[in-house]
Amino acid sequence: MAEVILKNVTKVYEGGNIAAKDINIEVKDKEFVVLVGPSGCGKSTTLRMIAGLEEISSGDLFIDNKKVNDVSPKDRDIAMVFQNYALYPHMTVYENMAFGLKLRKFDKAEIKKRVSEAAKILDLEPYLERKPKALSGGQRQRVAVGRAIVRKPKVFLFDEPLSNLDAKLRVQMRTEISKLHQRLEATMIYVTHDQTEAMTMGDKIVIMKDGVVNQIDTPLNLYNYPTNKFVAGFIGSPSMNFIEGTLAKNGNLTFKSKKGNLNLSLNKNYENKLNSYANKTLWLGIRPEDIYDPNTVSPSANFTKVNVNLEVVEPMGNEIFLYFSIDGEQFVSRIPAREKPEAGTAKEILFDTSKLHFFDTDTEKTIV
Amino acid sequence: MNKKKFLANFLTYIFLIVFTVIALYPIINVFTISIRPDDRLLSTSLSIIPEGATFKQYIELFTNRPFLLWVWNSAIVSFVVTVTGVALASTAGYALSRFQFIGKQVSMLGLLTTQMFPATMLLLPMYIMLIKLQLINSYLGIIIVYSATALPFCVWQMKGYYDTIPFSLEESARIDGCTKWQSFYKIILPLAAPALVITALFSFMTAWSEYIVAAQVLQDTDLYTLPLGLKSFQSNLTTEWGLYAAAALVVSIPVVILFIILSKWLVSGLTLGSVKG
Repeated sequence: MAEVILKNVTKVYEGGNIAAKDINIEVKDKEFVVLVGPSGCGKSTTLRMIAGLEEISSGDLFIDNKKVNDVSPKDRDIAMVFQNYALYPHMTVYENMAFGLKLRKFDKAEIKKRVSEAAKILDLEPYLERKPKALSGGQRQRVAVGRAIVRKPKVFLFDEPLSNLDAKLRVQMRTEISKLHQRLEATMIYVTHDQTEAMTMGDKIVIMKDGVVNQIDTPLNLYNYPTNKFVAGFIGSPSMNFIEGTLAKNGNLTFKSKKGNLNLSLNKNYENKLNSYANKTLWLGIRPEDIYDPNTVSPSANFTKVNVNLEVVEPMGNEIFLYFSIDGEQFVSRIPAREKPEAGTAKEILFDTSKLHFFDTDTEKTIV
Repeated sequence: MNKKKFLANFLTYIFLIVFTVIALYPIINVFTISIRPDDRLLSTSLSIIPEGATFKQYIELFTNRPFLLWVWNSAIVSFVVTVTGVALASTAGYALSRFQFIGKQVSMLGLLTTQMFPATMLLLPMYIMLIKLQLINSYLGIIIVYSATALPFCVWQMKGYYDTIPFSLEESARIDGCTKWQSFYKIILPLAAPALVITALFSFMTAWSEYIVAAQVLQDTDLYTLPLGLKSFQSNLTTEWGLYAAAALVVSIPVVILFIILSKWLVSGLTLGSVKG
């Protein structure tokens, strides 16, 4: 098993389009790293550069301490699972899984042993003689995974492997891949646009946007300490609420939204970091779970009451999402499902002022 | 409802029968002529098996005429043209489908442009070129001309088919341990079988039944291909219609067999190549 290190890796396409810029990622041995970001952020390009399917325009790529910029994919000792499975349609499941081993001139007994092992782990034993077209989506995906694991490669690469599956199967395969990671103790790099997949699977998450790495951290750190507004908005579901406003200082700091519909007097804890922003504009962010229903929490000095008009109410079973607007900005609050408020009615809610995030208007970087 | 269905079926069958008769009539006629005795060649009788039917013409064809030599010549030429066509079209089509290189667009348009000229217009330049290359009156000369005529269509149709095969299959093969060449012949080529069959048939047909070019290029009677040989039954004063008809039927047999064997591929190939995999 092996480490993967990207040093200042950049990919520029013909015509000057930069797909990935100055990427620095260190994937430790046996680590599960997830590359996540919206489409077009360069995550797949980065993965394909690691696989050797895209040339690296500049920078260095190391697998197992060996520079592999110019090594062909077959000599990098990696395996990849593709979004569309990429199974060979003219071969049976067995032949699909054995293909890589045959090319590497493994003897027949060894091939059979490894394929049977993989088929057992992945519940594919009854299907070994079938062609891919006779399999369901989930089974095909498992064959693609099986084809990767029989090779026992140094690094596993996954390119949005679950996005073609239905929601239920996706959750099931997600846990199966996580289990596989624990079982194989292999280095895995996983690309997805789904933040839930990223949060639940990754030891470490790399968040990318427009070809640039925004933050590399553990799932919880990303959630609690995002480095900028993009990361704050991308991680968490429903995503963080944002509203622009100014800070006023008369005694203690007060945040006032642009149109004045939201006034929050801030906790002393923020003063050090926010003093220099007095009378300046900035973004306030608050997660949906930090806006409460007064009926479900006991009062606290940190809470500020706000009256809103509920626009949409979405009961999820164990919780309810409340949608409302302040200053024209859409807000969502996530409250426990006790009683369902009616859409179109006025409601009093509580902002937890000890859990606010602030971002610089120009740079969008986190202030606190 | 049932009555309506019956009527629809009835009309469909009538339609199919009429067109089958139209398609089969000339062939039956040729067969009839081939088994008529010598003195009744131009008879106006409509009976399919004529009075005094005989296989004399067939025996004559195989024993007293160089028919087998012509079959041999045609077979060699068609075989080489087919192999060349499949080998070059499968690789050229792949390059045009998968790789980016300078002149790609121009070469594709160039190939297409050659299809716009009627074959007869190309006769003279091809003739002059073959003379200059001293390839006139040789297998090689005619093979080059046939291949050149068949290739543009074949290359385009192979390219079109490769375009429907996802890139990720080759990428996956390369990660599995294939070189670029291996991923082509182990993965892509087997998947392109329907298109290869069409290419092979098209190349074969181009060479097997072609007359005009052969008449220009081949002058030595020992090199005659089937169409030229058949034409030699026709002289200034008489035409040996019986022999002609017998030969025509024999010539069409390999083509019919080929089509029957490959028909499974042909139908799916034709639709797959044109629409989408």
